[in-house]
Amino acid sequence: MEIRTDFNKRLREIQDDILIMGSMVEKAITTSIKVLKEQDMTLAQQLIDDDKYINRKRFEIEEKCIRLIATQQPLAGDLRIIISVLNMLTDLERIGDYAAGIAKIALLIGCEEHLKPLIDLPRMAEKTVSMLQRSLDAFTKRDAAVARQVIGEDDEVDKLYDQVFRELISFMIEDPKTITRATHLIWVAHNLERSADRVTNICERIIYIATGKMEAYNYKNKN
Amino acid sequence: MTVYNFNGQACSEGKIKAENLNFYYGNFQALRNINLDIPGCAITAIIGPSGCGKSSFLRLLNRMNDLIYGSRIEGTIELDGKNIFDKDVDVVDLRKNVGMVFQKPNPFPISIFDNIAFGPRQHGKKNKIELEEIVENSLRKAALWDEVKDKIEQSALALSGGQQQRLCIARVLSVEPEVILMDEPCSALDPMATLKIEDLMRSLAKNYTIIIVTHNMQQAARVSDNTAFFMMEEDRSGSLVEYGSTSKIFTNPKDKRTEDYITGRFG
Amino acid sequence: MRNISAKQTQKIAMAGIWGGGVITLLLLIVIIGYVLIQGLPGINWEFLSTNPKGGLSGEGGILSTVVSTLYLIGITLVILVPLGIGSAVYLSEYAPNNRLTRIIRYGIETLAGIPSIIFGLFGYALFVTALSFKFSILSGALTLVCLLLPTMITTTEEALKAVSYSYREAALALGTTRWQMISRIVLPSALPGIVTAVILCIGRAIGETACLYVTMGGSAAMPSSLLEGGRTLSLHVYYLAMETNAMGKAMATAAILIIIIILINGLTNWLAGRFQRKMKGIS
Repeated sequence: MEIRTDFNKRLREIQDDILIMGSMVEKAITTSIKVLKEQDMTLAQQLIDDDKYINRKRFEIEEKCIRLIATQQPLAGDLRIIISVLNMLTDLERIGDYAAGIAKIALLIGCEEHLKPLIDLPRMAEKTVSMLQRSLDAFTKRDAAVARQVIGEDDEVDKLYDQVFRELISFMIEDPKTITRATHLIWVAHNLERSADRVTNICERIIYIATGKMEAYNYKNKN
Repeated sequence: MTVYNFNGQACSEGKIKAENLNFYYGNFQALRNINLDIPGCAITAIIGPSGCGKSSFLRLLNRMNDLIYGSRIEGTIELDGKNIFDKDVDVVDLRKNVGMVFQKPNPFPISIFDNIAFGPRQHGKKNKIELEEIVENSLRKAALWDEVKDKIEQSALALSGGQQQRLCIARVLSVEPEVILMDEPCSALDPMATLKIEDLMRSLAKNYTIIIVTHNMQQAARVSDNTAFFMMEEDRSGSLVEYGSTSKIFTNPKDKRTEDYITGRFG
Repeated sequence: MRNISAKQTQKIAMAGIWGGGVITLLLLIVIIGYVLIQGLPGINWEFLSTNPKGGLSGEGGILSTVVSTLYLIGITLVILVPLGIGSAVYLSEYAPNNRLTRIIRYGIETLAGIPSIIFGLFGYALFVTALSFKFSILSGALTLVCLLLPTMITTTEEALKAVSYSYREAALALGTTRWQMISRIVLPSALPGIVTAVILCIGRAIGETACLYVTMGGSAAMPSSLLEGGRTLSLHVYYLAMETNAMGKAMATAAILIIIIILINGLTNWLAGRFQRKMKGIS
């Protein structure tokens, strides 16, 4: 016999919602890099507009969590889930903002030709999306090991970022006329790098849900 | 490891120490192999489902179970290093030192003054001035003095439930115990009265060792420094499942059964 | 079968209950009223202040019988109350729940059901003859004690048991001894119930005739010591009614008896009520 049926239902609902929001954010990042690559201004504008749905979803879930805390007095594992979800919401919402930010940069760049073919940036995006996907998977499975692994992968994104950064700096040194275009791309890289960091935050929360331990990870210096 | 209470005081470890404790009602084993080390000057909450032996355990600490015909104890409970079941321990002295507050407020049907003075009087204090002092001090410590100082000669039964329970706490304080046992002290009270009692417990924890049995998990979480979770075994005897700091038990219990119980998914 | 609705059953039941109550009340009024109407005219100062003269005509008053009655009740209570309360305290507070206790309880219950004349014969054999107290107030009182002890014990025990267990726990948890707990908390709390037990016993003592007939004799003279015989009011009513033709005097004596009973009941109820109010702080 299941006790606290209603509570269980609501708690599951919140977790489903987080997964939905996660996939919305995932899609936003993928789309943002596509926008940049294909210089599709209509899609860029739509992506910026669609960010409000992610924000709306965030407040919806947050409200559900608050209501559950206020009325159901969740404890132990349940409490850890709800508190972690509240934290994950901010991270996901932020990643959504970064995606919208990339779309805004795409609008700024407009139809101007890119400095060089985009290779590392899509790889960064791909890596970030894969980290996000696996973190959400770890969340459903309460798998601390996978979460720790994902956190480790942040290094790869950082490395890609350093690489892109250096490359673009050298463009700027060589030819100061490229400064505007190079800076725009550095912003994009920066947004992606921050998104991956947010994913590691989410992973820390998953470890907390699974083990009750708050593990802080030292990242290599960020800007 | 030094244990700290809410007030940031270091607690003396091992104020009360149960070792390999078994307790039987006739042939029925009510408690199985309890080992528990309760620190002084802190609040320890005992939680668990009905029939898990938590009240039985509490009542062993001042030997109230002595009153039950056919009960039997194995193992020891040490209070300040002295086994309370030793032959040379006077149960009357023990109970003076280990006071008890019960589930239902149970003031005697006499005046407020006489209720508080009852204990000291039975222990030989007859001096009126001295008694008045004890009564006032006890009522002040129980945060009741201001509410009753003008009607100290009136019957205690005229007080509200919450006031009656604080009166009972004052009555316990009047005989100057070191340990106060509370057996679901708020289960008959409304939420406001309950919070008042909890405040009172926190202020008393500076000077007394308090052990509270409660069904109300939120209460255990709010008020206690450490929490012990008792559960029934398959043969219906009670045993200690998990014991630790309250914040640990309520955010990250080690045992699955504790988790199931405090998240309300027991059974 | 006819279908009676719940409402109808309710009506019938209510009618039955009311009917029972009314009949009881009527009986009481009729009996007391009859005795008082018949008896009151015969009461005057002379009737109250002279002793019965004896003889078939039933001449004289009732003074010595009133005095004998009061003596008898006084002595009975002095022995009965401490003994009864003591036994009740033992049974309810100290006696372990074992076979011996069960036998004692069974004995008490059985004694309560034995007709009073049997106690009378026992009293005659033991007190009057064997202990040679003769026909005397003492013999009568001791016999009454035997007769009333079961009632006194069971009623007091009920009163003690009605005292909340939580008071006992509270007292013991404060580090009092068992006796302090009983004497300071349990007995005072049970007092109203104990008073009721005493009233019940006084009532039965006043009304008793059979067992006193064979232990006190029936001397109508004013008793000067406990070892003299005497005649109680109810015994006097019996004598007047059965052995004289002074029916009027019997009625007058009965009226006095009823008045005394009403007074005693009223007084004890008042005392118990006052005490209880003081305990609960309603006053």
